[in-house]
Amino acid sequence: MATETLTLGKALNTGLRKALENDPKVVVMGEDVGKLGGVFRITDGLQKDFGDQRVIDTPLAESGIIGTAVGLAIRGYRPVCEIQFDGFVYPAYDQIVSQVAKMHYRSQGKVKIPMVIRIPFGGGIGAVEHHSESPEAYFAHTAGLKVVSCANPQDAYSMIQQAIASDDPIVFLEPKRRYWEKGPVELDAPLDAAYPLHSARVARAGTDATVLAYGPMVRTCLDAATAAAEDGRELEVIDLRTLSPLDLTAAYESVKRTGRCVVVHEAPGNLGLGSEIAARITEECFYSLESPVLRVTGFDTPYPASRVEEEYLPDLDRVLDAVDRTFGW
Amino acid sequence: MAKGDPGVTTRGRRAAPRSKRAAAANGPELVQLLTPEGERIESATGPDGTEYRVDFTDEEYRGLYRDLVLVRKLDAEATALQRQGELGLWASLLGQEAAQVGSGRALRTQDMAFPTYREHGVLYCRGIDPIMPLGLFRGVDQGGWDPNEFKFNMYTIVIGAQTLHATGYAMGVAMDGKTGTEDGEAVIAYFGDGATSQGDVNEAFVWASVFNAPMVFFCQNNQYAISEPLERQTRVPLYQRAAGFGFPGVRVDGNDVLASYAVTRHALDNARLGQGPSLIEAYTYRMGAHTTSDDPTRYRIASEVEAWQAKDPIARMKAFLEKQQIADADFFAAVDEQARTESVHLRERVLEMPNPEPVSMFDHVYPHGSAELDQQRAQFTKYMESFEGSAH
Repeated sequence: MATETLTLGKALNTGLRKALENDPKVVVMGEDVGKLGGVFRITDGLQKDFGDQRVIDTPLAESGIIGTAVGLAIRGYRPVCEIQFDGFVYPAYDQIVSQVAKMHYRSQGKVKIPMVIRIPFGGGIGAVEHHSESPEAYFAHTAGLKVVSCANPQDAYSMIQQAIASDDPIVFLEPKRRYWEKGPVELDAPLDAAYPLHSARVARAGTDATVLAYGPMVRTCLDAATAAAEDGRELEVIDLRTLSPLDLTAAYESVKRTGRCVVVHEAPGNLGLGSEIAARITEECFYSLESPVLRVTGFDTPYPASRVEEEYLPDLDRVLDAVDRTFGW
Repeated sequence: MAKGDPGVTTRGRRAAPRSKRAAAANGPELVQLLTPEGERIESATGPDGTEYRVDFTDEEYRGLYRDLVLVRKLDAEATALQRQGELGLWASLLGQEAAQVGSGRALRTQDMAFPTYREHGVLYCRGIDPIMPLGLFRGVDQGGWDPNEFKFNMYTIVIGAQTLHATGYAMGVAMDGKTGTEDGEAVIAYFGDGATSQGDVNEAFVWASVFNAPMVFFCQNNQYAISEPLERQTRVPLYQRAAGFGFPGVRVDGNDVLASYAVTRHALDNARLGQGPSLIEAYTYRMGAHTTSDDPTRYRIASEVEAWQAKDPIARMKAFLEKQQIADADFFAAVDEQARTESVHLRERVLEMPNPEPVSMFDHVYPHGSAELDQQRAQFTKYMESFEGSAH
């Protein structure tokens, strides 16, 4: 089995390439995805090899990208749309929540919109405003959409292919600051043998407290767990992977063992994923909890100027501080 | 082909004298083939020099009249059903029958239509049972049909959103290699004057233009977006917007079923041949309210409505058929009787529409389902069962 070391970005690129090879109905569309290969080069080389009918440079209008992709889907295509940055998805918001999400429901199952909406999301790259946001809660709140996020190259490679193969419309959140992080990827493993798309996974086993994260924060939490281990505290880190629907089976099992839970995301705390997760864990694990479920999140401010983003974003110390607080209850 | 060919030719910018007169009498460059008095105009010239004409058989003329009467009657029945509490809402097409029947009959079998929520006449002309959209307005479903089965998308209520869907679909037609021949496919998107202010519609124009999509943008300018008059949406005639996007635009008398047919058939055939998109502005008037929830007396004056009443699409077609002795009193009586029968039949079936089972609200949220949702459904079912045997 061919295992290669790839960056997360290259793993996505390779996964997209495989999807284009495997199904002639797959089309990639977005701003600058062609010759340029996307501003993050995730579609690098695809137009050259698959042509401009399958890797389509679109006009610069996000609602148009998603709206025309709906029509292509009705026609039988499987569009993979790139939204260039998280903060630019909002012009497409109506098409995503009112059209993409509802078409299958309204048609009583007669229309499928097998669309993937790729969005590089999150901060930490020193960008100007509108380039560092975490809009996942908007989409997770919308019935009819599924929302996933990958955290490592192997998942990037298999999850993007699984998302494209799925008939569900899927918002696919890519942790942009992790694009350059490397990891092993099994390139030849059959897709149906891959870890299920809508399942969370234990990223590091532990016994003392449970830490839940997704996307860019998984790496942060794994680093925190390493540091905690040096202090003699074993954190169990769970990579949620699927944000809608949530898969908290592993989290419930874990919290019932540890009695302590911290949820970590970059998005603002107020009504973020952490709120829903905390509520559910409280319902399911009430008698096992030694402390309230704590959240470590971005603040309820607009995403700040990049020179202070390190203070805005949850980091190793804030995660460990929250873990400490669960022990101080 | 179901209806007579329009026999379109392009002859440069010089208009025939007769059509020039018609244009002068009806505002700038209005393509008209049948006057409000029922006089036939042999041909009319569009702003780009395209000459429009139709050549229908008597049977086809009678068929168009029958369509107009039937869609008006069915529409009136739906309005009545709403007034009696049997529909939650109805968006009447009253006054717009010619624009819808003309364009609807211009579609070829393989063509795809993307309606708003008012295209009941187009739906009828596609051969679709008029009961199909009534579930939406009764509140027993939200559409529920397969666009590809009927070549007619589900109604779209968000203004203008469907123009992008149509354009994407048309891009797919071109990618499938289904343009460039006379049996190629074309796509038509319906929208109104208000929608032209929407970003989605303007984005659809851009997309269709740069991808040379086989699209016809059919704007029924019925003069009002609920209460707001056309002047609040535009300072130029809407059909002229097309020029800025790089494709032809034409204004047609939307109360003239013959001209509406001719310009639509021409635009669709151009599209299917691979000549790209075009915009049709069907100049018409919404004789009724925006929907049954609206009160148009608050924002428009009676004399305006009366002026448009004189341009009624059915009256002019009837006058034409009578003058030309294409139809007699027996025919008109038979059409009225058919309309009555079909509307009674429609009413009976609306009243029989069952309410959906509450638990069905959990159906079809996702093609592949969701464990979370399955759990909610199970909890809801259990909760509902807890009432069994009780007074509630």
